[in-house]
Amino acid sequence: MMYFSRMKTTVILAVCLLGMLLGVPNLFPAPASWMPWRTVHLGLDLRGGSYLLLEVDMKAVIKERLDGLMDGVRQALRGGQIFYQTLDAQPDQNRIVLRLRDPARTNDAVAALRPLVSQDSGTGQADMAIDSNPDGTITLTLSPVALSRRASGAVEQSIEIVRRRIDETGVLDPQITRQGESRIVVQLPGIGDPDHVKQLIGKTAHMTFRLVDETANPAAGGPPPPGDEFLAMQDRPNEKIAVRKRVDVDGADLTNAQAGTSPETGEWVVNFTFNSVGARRFADVSRANVNHRFAIVLDDKVISAPVIREAITGGRGQISGSFNAQSANDLAVLLRAGALPAPLTVVEQRSVGPELGADSIRAGAISLAVGFVFVIAFMGIFYGLFGWFANLALVVNLFLMLGIMSLLQATLTLPGMAGILLTLGMAVDANILINERIREEQKLGRPPLAALEHGFSRAYSTIFDSNATAFLAHVMLFVFGTGPVRGFAVTITVGIATSLFTAWMLTRLLVSRWYANTRPKLLPV
Amino acid sequence: MFIKPLLRIVPDGTRIPFMQGRYMGLIVSAFLSTVSVVLFFYPGLNLGIDFSGGVVMQVRTEGPADFNQIRAALAAQHITEQGVQRFGDESEVLIRLGAQPTEAANQTAVAQVRAALEKGVPGARIMRTDAVGASVSAELFRNGLLALVISLAMIMVYIWFRFEWQFAVGAVVTLILDITKAIGFLAITRIEFDLVMVAAILTILGYSTNDKVVVYDRVRENLRKYKSMPLRELIDLSINETLNRTLGTSMTVFLASLPLALFGGESISGFAWVMLFGIVVGTSSSIFIAAPILLFLGEHRLRRDAAVPVVAKATASRP
Repeated sequence: MMYFSRMKTTVILAVCLLGMLLGVPNLFPAPASWMPWRTVHLGLDLRGGSYLLLEVDMKAVIKERLDGLMDGVRQALRGGQIFYQTLDAQPDQNRIVLRLRDPARTNDAVAALRPLVSQDSGTGQADMAIDSNPDGTITLTLSPVALSRRASGAVEQSIEIVRRRIDETGVLDPQITRQGESRIVVQLPGIGDPDHVKQLIGKTAHMTFRLVDETANPAAGGPPPPGDEFLAMQDRPNEKIAVRKRVDVDGADLTNAQAGTSPETGEWVVNFTFNSVGARRFADVSRANVNHRFAIVLDDKVISAPVIREAITGGRGQISGSFNAQSANDLAVLLRAGALPAPLTVVEQRSVGPELGADSIRAGAISLAVGFVFVIAFMGIFYGLFGWFANLALVVNLFLMLGIMSLLQATLTLPGMAGILLTLGMAVDANILINERIREEQKLGRPPLAALEHGFSRAYSTIFDSNATAFLAHVMLFVFGTGPVRGFAVTITVGIATSLFTAWMLTRLLVSRWYANTRPKLLPV
Repeated sequence: MFIKPLLRIVPDGTRIPFMQGRYMGLIVSAFLSTVSVVLFFYPGLNLGIDFSGGVVMQVRTEGPADFNQIRAALAAQHITEQGVQRFGDESEVLIRLGAQPTEAANQTAVAQVRAALEKGVPGARIMRTDAVGASVSAELFRNGLLALVISLAMIMVYIWFRFEWQFAVGAVVTLILDITKAIGFLAITRIEFDLVMVAAILTILGYSTNDKVVVYDRVRENLRKYKSMPLRELIDLSINETLNRTLGTSMTVFLASLPLALFGGESISGFAWVMLFGIVVGTSSSIFIAAPILLFLGEHRLRRDAAVPVVAKATASRP
């Protein structure tokens, strides 16, 4: 137990040295850029920043899929000259129900609808089931597998678009990751007030170009004529305008959008460019509707509805509508990044200003320093020389913890700093157990070497059992915890592991070297 | 001073008959835990927004905060706050809004408070914003509870495997008593119960188990060593033998947590106070609760092999 081969000694010292080297970068800034300078990541609560948890509106995803399917059904039946009495979407049951005017044509209708079903390329399963009744009722039910695949795709797509939008704001290394089925985590280091980012990601930004129905008058009251809807103006919420439901050109066909000022009026505008499909459609529609009004609709609000003066063939256009520099830029960003497949809601926000973060670091560092001094003083006073061995191991332990956390690129949070302190307090427990045991063994009349041997070996199982249970508790905390609390669990689990090493290996080595050099008649325990 | 220890916590050969106070210990503990459970229901815990949902904003003003000005600014925007209170420094204020009906309303509320402060309290800076939606807070609560229950179960299984079932039951019952007292402490002090508190309770759990394991370990060892010693005496002996260690470790962990409570800042000091309380409870329960339970459960069963001839040598070697 007290004999260390040269090999073992070298390995223990090498591990300590390596650990300390890995820990050092946390104390100084990198002296040169080529040096591998891995440090512990500071959590958002310490460096300042925002954590946003976004939820993708899955109902909207399903609804949109059903709406698309309804369009498909209408076209398919129209193509087959089949007439229906009712056609309804039932989003709660993920299905569409229609009733034919002539039940005798049920089989024709099913045949006409068949092409709407698509097979999964991997599993070969159909994405929906078509059921018919002899009374002429037909239901199209989307399969749960296909729906969850679509939902998953919507989340992935949302992440991509959120990333593009945030990148445009110039936030430095934002982290955007998926969480669970329908959530997205956005972490914005250094952003204590994420108001602007929230505004940008809170918009679906689905832009459409549609014709205005100049014959309808929303102010007259009553429901909109078939094929029309009444939409509010963006800057005058009380004013409504009748717009055709049919989308002539979709914002998805935009390739570029830039904010700028109009040379004629000097006001802020957004200039955009269409891709070839969009350009052709835009040209066709504008040519056919000269002197009519064309509405630019963003998320069900009309930004502007200018009159078409002439055919616009270049695939370029301009949106004006009481913008200022900020709002014109934001709209350009949104259009460039593309529309979200479904609305996003912020379900959790945690923002800390950099000033408060710095305060927390200071408070944490003071507590750490004072706690460290307390523990070291205690060990020195109550355990003498062996206490100082433990203290040396404690310093190495602190560096090892930092080193391993740097290596893992773990995040240090304020609770994590508390975790380091608690680890310091608990790390010496192993040394206390060992020292008490050695003392007992010596009291029993064993000579020094035998007392050391027995002390270390008997304390071993106790140390193992007592740390294993604490380890289990904190692994659970890591699994079920979130954010800063996870940082706490990480520091404590890492701390338990490193303190076992320093107490068990390093102090034992120190004691054994000390014994070999001094050969005392009595141990100072 | 660098060689010999200067002080001992308790002198060697201390023989305090702890088990004489076993009924007293259990009664006091049961009483405190019952009171804690009552306090848990009335007045209940001061739930933080992690679990209650809602909005909390920490604001720093220039110079000492003028609470009336802040309240007026919020009222002017028709914001119903649930509390504007001092938070640490006299220039720091915590504004609390109750749980909003929807997640989107939470976000609107944040924006409204921001606008109200900009207009009504010049120089105020928002240092921290936490907004937790109802679905998230329910989830966080469930996860916290799950972590607690699974940890307890794992500790029980672990001790059962390494020791005997009596030890496992003794440990878990004691841990539950410890946790209830910590919750009672939270209810009395009105320290906010949030995710960090779950971490504190789990840490107390880990620490307290650690403490029990050390005592149990010694009981197990002594059971093998002194085959004829009555269990009551044996447990007393084991506690006394490990007393220096038990108190020593409690003191180091206590000393490590104390600066956190004093200088750690408002957001972590609650955690530290609960830790300090937990250390005291966890240490005393190892002696006064876990050990008596073991005595009651194990009086006959742990002595299955008592029929084996007595090993007199082991007792003889003791002074």
